[in-house]
Amino acid sequence: MTGLLAAAETTFDVPGNVAFAVLAVLMVVAAIRVVTTRNIVHAALWLVVVLGGNAVVYLILQAEFLALTQLLVYIGAIIVLFLFGIMLTRAPLGKSGDLDNNQRWIGAAVGVLLLLVIGYAVTRTWGSDRLDFAAYDLPQVSDVAGSTVEIGGSGNGRTQALANEIFGSYLIPFEVVSVLLTGALIGAIVLARRD
Amino acid sequence: MSSAVLGLELAYWQSTLIRVLAGLVAVLLLTGGVVYLYLFKFVSFMQSRLGPMEAGPYGSLQLLAEVGKWLQKEDIHTEDSDRLVFGLAPAVVLSSTFLMFVVIPAGPDLVIANLGTGIYYVLAVSALSVLGILMAGWASANKYALMGALRAGGQLIAYELPMVLAVLGVVIMAGSLNLQDIVAAQAGGEIFGFSGIGNPYILTQFVAFAVFMIAVQAELTQTPFDMPIAESELVAGYQVEYSGIRFLVYFISEFATAVAFAAVASTLFLGGWALPTSWGLSDGVMNVVGPLLVATKAVLLVGVVFWVRFSFPRFREDQLQRLAWKVLIPIALANILVTAVFKVAF
Repeated sequence: MTGLLAAAETTFDVPGNVAFAVLAVLMVVAAIRVVTTRNIVHAALWLVVVLGGNAVVYLILQAEFLALTQLLVYIGAIIVLFLFGIMLTRAPLGKSGDLDNNQRWIGAAVGVLLLLVIGYAVTRTWGSDRLDFAAYDLPQVSDVAGSTVEIGGSGNGRTQALANEIFGSYLIPFEVVSVLLTGALIGAIVLARRD
Repeated sequence: MSSAVLGLELAYWQSTLIRVLAGLVAVLLLTGGVVYLYLFKFVSFMQSRLGPMEAGPYGSLQLLAEVGKWLQKEDIHTEDSDRLVFGLAPAVVLSSTFLMFVVIPAGPDLVIANLGTGIYYVLAVSALSVLGILMAGWASANKYALMGALRAGGQLIAYELPMVLAVLGVVIMAGSLNLQDIVAAQAGGEIFGFSGIGNPYILTQFVAFAVFMIAVQAELTQTPFDMPIAESELVAGYQVEYSGIRFLVYFISEFATAVAFAAVASTLFLGGWALPTSWGLSDGVMNVVGPLLVATKAVLLVGVVFWVRFSFPRFREDQLQRLAWKVLIPIALANILVTAVFKVAF
């Protein structure tokens, strides 16, 4: 107990970092397999491993709600939609030879560029700041005997903080994204149904 | 980090092990009980027959005999099938099912993990089973299986939305995603100032309850929503090439998912493990009575699912999508609006 308390005071989270290292290797291998596998359904399934690993990374960072959203949206909906589309058109079993193209170097250049831009943005914004996990730590056990339920009183703290940010500070970007997605949806329907 | 179980101080891994094993036993016992009670007996009595009577008293050991039979069967796969994906698919479906039980509370302290995002977690992990079904349909190298998997994919995604939206009504009422908080809010709630029976949300959120149960019926692919495994059109859909232990895994996960969704529904709408706070029972009593209460409610709700299953014919595929998108989702959205207005107004 005392050892764990002492560990909690240091900011370096050993189990979290070990878990992240294992996950990172797994995710990189899976990501490479997404683009090198010779079967399109296998590529989609390797992508599941990458996105699932992403969800676990969010969990390590104690972003529970984000991790579950990752599962629900990316694996439960987007990958399923991918597989659905692939299987409706063509989904050959075994190896197919026509999954490659000659855009490898362009792809690599875009990847490096993205890494630089995101890396710059992250280091520029936060620099040497440390994540403060304790800030939202509220009691985990709910008070069942009490007659009233206090919102955020039982481990809902981080989810609530996220909700406050989205519907408070970032309300306008959030609404704009919603409108953008609705626009894309209507556009897809217009393109698909010409009657 | 330590936690007390029955007054004993246990290390984190010890209490976790106990929780997981106890959860597993409870889930398998409930699932077996539900299979015997409804699939073997209930339907037999509805059809004026006795059902299995030979294995054990009143055929109560029939399920063990069936499991023994399945375990002995040869593990067959088609020649063209993608063996790795074919083998992984039942595991994905089964883990999606078992993960759902992690957050369902059975008493003040009886929950495997009391997650802050409880009900959202249930919806997220239950959505993973679609992936297993699509994998199964594709890897079987069989046109019927592929058709079944595609139908299942479309159906499960379509009915996930009304289910999530129906749950939102309860979340607004309780003000929390945590299942223990939702239980507490029902036990301690009051209807127009009367707190004698708490506020089980089936009374104040009956629209959400109806939408949720219809969506559950569809998520479980039970008749009238069983197009993915329609035996008269698709033989057995995505399960057609599975035999032996792999089929057994699908069988277990089908009924365990029914128990899981029924337990979630009884937690969200029927008050879960709790008795009204005004009755003044202590946590110690509820740790004993709670599991029995929630199990009874869950088994009764599974009974409703199977009652519908054995009473109605199958929908047509286009009727299925129309019901989800044109009826259930608008109703659920209207329910959210009304609930939010009432929540703010009162």
